[in-house]
Amino acid sequence: MRKLVTSVLAGIGLTLACGTSVYAQEKSLTIFWAEWDPANYLQELGNEYEKETGVKITVETTPWSDFQTKAFTEFNAHGDAYDMVVGDSQWLGAGSTGGHYVDLTDFFNKHKLGEVMAPATVKYYAEYPGGSSKYWAIPLEGDAVGWSYRKDWFEDPKEKEAFKAKYGYDLDVPKDFKALRDIAEFFYRPDQKRYGIAIYTDNSYDAMAMGFENALFSYGGELGDYSTYKVDGFINSDKAVAALDAYKELYKFTPPGWAKSFFVEDNQAITENLAAMSMNYFAFFPSLINEASNPNAKNTGFFANPPGPGGDQFAALGGQGISIVSYSQKQEEATKFLEWFIKDETQKKWAALGGYTCSAAVLKSPEFQNATPYNKAFYETMFKVKDFWAVPEYAELLQQLNQRVYPYMIGGEGTAKETLDALAADWNATFKKYGRGQ
Amino acid sequence: MATTMITTLDRSSRAAARGLSDISIRNLFIIPTVLFLIVFNIFPLIYSLGYSFTDFRASTNAPANFVGLQNYRDLLNDPYVWSNFAITAKYVIISVAGQLLVGFGVAMLLNRDIPLKGLLTTLLLLPMMLSMAVVGLFWKLLYDPSFGIINYALGLGTFEWLSDPKMALYAVALTDIWMWSPFVMLLSLAGLSAVPKHLYEAAAIDRAGPFYTFFRITLPLVAPILMIAVIFRTMEAFKTFDLAYILTSQPTTELISIRLYKMAFQEWQTGRSCALAYIVLIMVLAITNIYVKYLNKVKER
Repeated sequence: MRKLVTSVLAGIGLTLACGTSVYAQEKSLTIFWAEWDPANYLQELGNEYEKETGVKITVETTPWSDFQTKAFTEFNAHGDAYDMVVGDSQWLGAGSTGGHYVDLTDFFNKHKLGEVMAPATVKYYAEYPGGSSKYWAIPLEGDAVGWSYRKDWFEDPKEKEAFKAKYGYDLDVPKDFKALRDIAEFFYRPDQKRYGIAIYTDNSYDAMAMGFENALFSYGGELGDYSTYKVDGFINSDKAVAALDAYKELYKFTPPGWAKSFFVEDNQAITENLAAMSMNYFAFFPSLINEASNPNAKNTGFFANPPGPGGDQFAALGGQGISIVSYSQKQEEATKFLEWFIKDETQKKWAALGGYTCSAAVLKSPEFQNATPYNKAFYETMFKVKDFWAVPEYAELLQQLNQRVYPYMIGGEGTAKETLDALAADWNATFKKYGRGQ
Repeated sequence: MATTMITTLDRSSRAAARGLSDISIRNLFIIPTVLFLIVFNIFPLIYSLGYSFTDFRASTNAPANFVGLQNYRDLLNDPYVWSNFAITAKYVIISVAGQLLVGFGVAMLLNRDIPLKGLLTTLLLLPMMLSMAVVGLFWKLLYDPSFGIINYALGLGTFEWLSDPKMALYAVALTDIWMWSPFVMLLSLAGLSAVPKHLYEAAAIDRAGPFYTFFRITLPLVAPILMIAVIFRTMEAFKTFDLAYILTSQPTTELISIRLYKMAFQEWQTGRSCALAYIVLIMVLAITNIYVKYLNKVKER
């Protein structure tokens, strides 16, 4: 029995020893992000930081589908596995009111980040509650939904002729939502295995919401009033109803089996010659101009989300800010990294590596805008973006949107008006439950 | 008497030489297991029962307020939750019935002298040895309307197995049947080989037809073991998450476990999801109990 006790004690001792040796390596920081190309670029940027300061940066990633779950599981357990997290814009409410994020307001004001970063990125990636001038993150990866298209299909003289004959105007990058629809219809040819358009339809996280928002905002609609939490008359307004109908109309011209599609499928639509146009986040465009990942790289063009019938032009916001996790043991070290990160030359490096900087100066510079075929569209978009609710219960609001909009979009149940009226009622109930608004 | 169940320690054994009594050996084996069960099963079970009466959210610092039966009331009044239950019931029935039919059928075919029987049985068992997630990913490719081999083989063109709201649940059930029929087959084979040969001989002498032999001899004798297969598969099918979650995200395939997962880990409604978990637990317990009662009845015959 004594032997057993000794071996158990030895085991515990060994575990403790291993535990402390981790703490001995203080000069390292872990950043948590989703698994995608920008995270690799951030790792490269982190390697530069290590060269300069000796502090090792590790960017830990997980697939998008469990990014939110994994991050919040760690937060809720008050774990210190991550020193910083590049969290989705919708997390700001939950992160700040839940005490998971460190308040960066002083840092923000000290470095005048409100002026350094593009206004939309400050508003949506950093501030919570809206208009409070309290900041919880530093805009890191700017992102919005844009479009890619097949230049070779669009520029084919025969197609141009046929299009003009059918619709009475020239086939070109769509100037508004009506043109988007017409072109999608024009290229929809199931017998040739060619389809018109690829859009977001997945209902497991925010894909459906982002796709619908692209139509909603450009049609002049709104999700609701972000300061009073009033949704009636916004999400179920005539404009919103028309926008949902327009988005559903586009679904008709998608490739077969397009009922659970998000960024992977939408890029495939271009690489696999499936669709003429495809909606996606700008963050996924680098792989479309890379011949190794897109055989049609030379023939792929890009455009910003077109205006709606009233001339409004907006796009759904993606992108993330970087926050310091309040349970981290190395908050000072993390702050130093952020100070380095917001420097102009770091932001330039970040953009050169393929990251989408939010620095207004870099965005405006001609060298950035001419660096890739899509940077100009990105620059234009980043000044007219809108985002989903950022309240702590945003996931419930998303779920309700998916629950209402998906059966209408994909299953054709009910009408757009009924769908959005029901959604407004759901959202009202949720806001009431959490005591928001009147 | 319970103590007589424990065989006394051989006095010449090494354990006895070290001064360990049989009681202390029993404790050495049982206490860690019981402790493990209490810490990781019983304690969370009771703790979550407490949460199910609160509006606790794990993602915020707000204190949990006692709300009584509010969560249960809301859940049982939520038409979406009811539709999740209805979908789950439909899925369980299709999937278990399919597995029973295919599994038992294949077992009947294999229950005779054929060459390479052992190899054949082993190969047929392969699907159930794969991980659910891997099967889900494979079948997603197989079902693909543009390049999937199923449409190609059956000449269905671009039939949308997983995006068609009406078809999706059947497609998931079909995958489950493919994966778990071998399990039913294995149990049925064991049952079939235990049927005494002389019964068949007697039936042959009496000139009983194949249907009569099947329904009067084979089925009644295999029934208890088939019931066990049904219990296992029903419980598993009721809990199905990964397969359906990976294959499709149609509202018509949102099984109760998927709803529960979303509520608990995407929306972080911890209190309410605990309540839903309890409702599911009670349902599974009730269904299993009915089966076990029925199984005992079948055995008595």
